[in-house]
Amino acid sequence: MSKKKNLIEIKNVYKSYRRGNLLIPVLEDITFEIEEGEFLALMGPSGSGKSTLLNLIAGIDKPDKGTIIVDGIDITSLSESELAQWRGLNIGFIFQFYNLIPVLTAFENVELPLLLTNLTKKQRRQQVSLALKIVNLEDRKDHYPGQLSGGQQQRVAIARAFVTDPTILVADEPTGDLDRLSAEEILDLMTRLNLELGKTIIMVTHDPQAAKKARKILTLDKGILYADHQARI
Amino acid sequence: MLIIKLVFKNAFRSKLRSFLTILGLSLAIVAFGFLRTVVEAWYAGVEASSATRLVTRNAISLIFPLPISYKEKIRQVEGVDIVSFGHWFGGVYIDPKNFFANFAIEPESYLKLYPEYLIPEEQKKAFIKDRKGAIAGKKIVEKFGWNLGDNITLKGTIYPGNWEFVLRGLYIGKDKTIDESQFFFHWDYLNENLRKFSPSIADHAGFYIVGIKDAKYAAIVSERIDKQFKNSLAETLTETERAFQLSFIYMTEAILFVIQLVSLIVIIIILAVVANTMAMSVRERLPEFAVFKALGVGGWRVVFLIFGEALILTTIGCLIGTILTFPAAKAFADKMSNYFPVFIVKDETLIFDIIITLVIAVVSSILPTIRALKVTVAESLTRVR
Repeated sequence: MSKKKNLIEIKNVYKSYRRGNLLIPVLEDITFEIEEGEFLALMGPSGSGKSTLLNLIAGIDKPDKGTIIVDGIDITSLSESELAQWRGLNIGFIFQFYNLIPVLTAFENVELPLLLTNLTKKQRRQQVSLALKIVNLEDRKDHYPGQLSGGQQQRVAIARAFVTDPTILVADEPTGDLDRLSAEEILDLMTRLNLELGKTIIMVTHDPQAAKKARKILTLDKGILYADHQARI
Repeated sequence: MLIIKLVFKNAFRSKLRSFLTILGLSLAIVAFGFLRTVVEAWYAGVEASSATRLVTRNAISLIFPLPISYKEKIRQVEGVDIVSFGHWFGGVYIDPKNFFANFAIEPESYLKLYPEYLIPEEQKKAFIKDRKGAIAGKKIVEKFGWNLGDNITLKGTIYPGNWEFVLRGLYIGKDKTIDESQFFFHWDYLNENLRKFSPSIADHAGFYIVGIKDAKYAAIVSERIDKQFKNSLAETLTETERAFQLSFIYMTEAILFVIQLVSLIVIIIILAVVANTMAMSVRERLPEFAVFKALGVGGWRVVFLIFGEALILTTIGCLIGTILTFPAAKAFADKMSNYFPVFIVKDETLIFDIIITLVIAVVSSILPTIRALKVTVAESLTRVR
C-alpha cells in the first residue's frame, strides 16, 4: 500500500490560556502529521486540549508557538481575514450542538457557506440539493431546525459542512448531544464522507464507540500527545 | 438575497421585543415631529414675512402708538414705496376663548402691501367701500360659520363696548404659511369712535408697515425713517418685518429652548431603547456570529447583518411615526388653532425624521457590532457549550 501525502503537518505547537495572572498551558510541544483522506479521532479527558488542538488545525485559533501547515500553507502566518477566507474554502465544521440558524430552513442553512463562493444561484441550488440528498434529507429541505430531530439537525449541519467541498471536515463531539441510534447514523454518514468522497476528517470525541469509527486515534492528556495507535484498518 | 432575508428574519426573531421597539420609536418620531412642528409654528410669522416690508413702531414699546401724521413723513423718505398702518384692536368674539388676531387697518394700502392675502376683487371693493366692513381669514370664517354680509360683533377689551362689523370679504393665504385666522377692519371706523369717546387716544396708529422699493436698502431706509423722528415726542424703531416678528419670538425663547431640549431628550431616549434592543439581540446570537465567522463570513457581512437589522427596526418605526405625525398634528391644529394658526408638518421635519432614523440605526449598531467582531470564534464556540 502506497503512503499517502501528509495533508496537515503540526510542528512543535504550544498553546496556553491566561486566567488572570496565571498562564495555563494547554498544549505542549505537539508534533504530528495527518495524511490526506485520514479519519482521525482525538480523544482525551475534559481539559486535555483536544478541542484547542482542533481549533488550531481549523484556523479558528492561533498557537503561541510552532507551525501548522495545511496542504502546503502555513496557516499560523495568515491574518484574520486571510484565515476567514481560507476556512471558507478548506474547512467544514460540525459542532456538538449543530449551530444551525433557527430562522433559516434546512436548505437555506446548507446554502449559507455557498454565499461566500462565486457560484450562481442555480449552481448553489444544485449543490445544496445534492448535499441534502447525500445526508438523506431532501424531503425536509423546507423545514426549520426547530421542526427537525437532533439527528436530522446534525445531518443538516454535516451537509452544510461539506457543501463547499472542503478538504478537511472538523467535528467537535458530533454525537455528544445525540441518542445512540442517531449517533450511529451520524458516524456512518461521516465514514461515508471519508470513504466515498475522500474527505479528511478530524473528530474530537469522548466516546470510545465513536472513536472506533475512525481509522486513527490520538490521545491527549494535559496537553501532551501520549499515544498514537491504529484503531481500525 | 439570503443574507437580506436573514437580516429581515433576525429583525423579527423576538416579535414582542421588535414590536415594542418599533412602537417606542414610532411614538418618539411622532413626539419629535410634533414638537418640531410646534417650533415651526412659532416661527410662522417670521417665515411669512417679506423682505420688502419694514415695520415702524414706537421706539419705547409696541404698546405706545405713533401719531397718524407720521404716515406722510414716512412716505416721503427716500426708498419708500408705499406706507400703510394698523392698530391692534384686541376684540373678543362672544367669549374670550374665541381668540383671534384683529386689527384696524387702512384697507387699500394694507392689502396692497399684503398680496399674499388672496381676496376676490368684488369682495375687496365691497370691503374698501364699507366703513363698517371687515374681512376675515378662511379658518375663522369656517370655524364660526360666518357668511358674507353677516353682522359680527366684537367686544372690545382695549376699547370698551360692542363693535359692529359687516363681513364683506374672506381671504385665503397664497400658501400654507399664511395665517388664515385674522380679522381686519377699517381704522377710520375705530378712529371715528375714539374721537367721540376718547379723543386723547384718537389719530394714532399702532404700527406702520412700510413697503420699500428694494430689499437690499432695508437697513438704510430704516435708519432714514428713524432719523426723521429722532428727538420727537414719539421716536420710532424701524426694522424689517422679519426682525419685527423675531422680536416676539425672543420673548418666548425660554419656552422654545425647553421644547427643543425635550425633542433632543426624546431622541436620546429612543436611541437608548434601540441600542438596548440591538445589544440584547446580538448578545443572544453571539454563538451564531461565531458560526458565521467559522464558516468564513468576513467582518463586513457581520456589520451588514447587525446594521441591517437596526435599520429595518428604525425604518419601520420611522415610517409609522411619520405617518402618524400628520393626523396628530391635524388634531392639535384643530384644537389649538387660536394659538397656532399655522400648524403644518413641513418637509424639513420629514427629512429630520429620516436623518434621525439613520443616526439611530448607525449609533445603536456600533457597540453590538464591535462586540460581535471582537469575539474570537474559539471563545464564542466555547460559549455554545
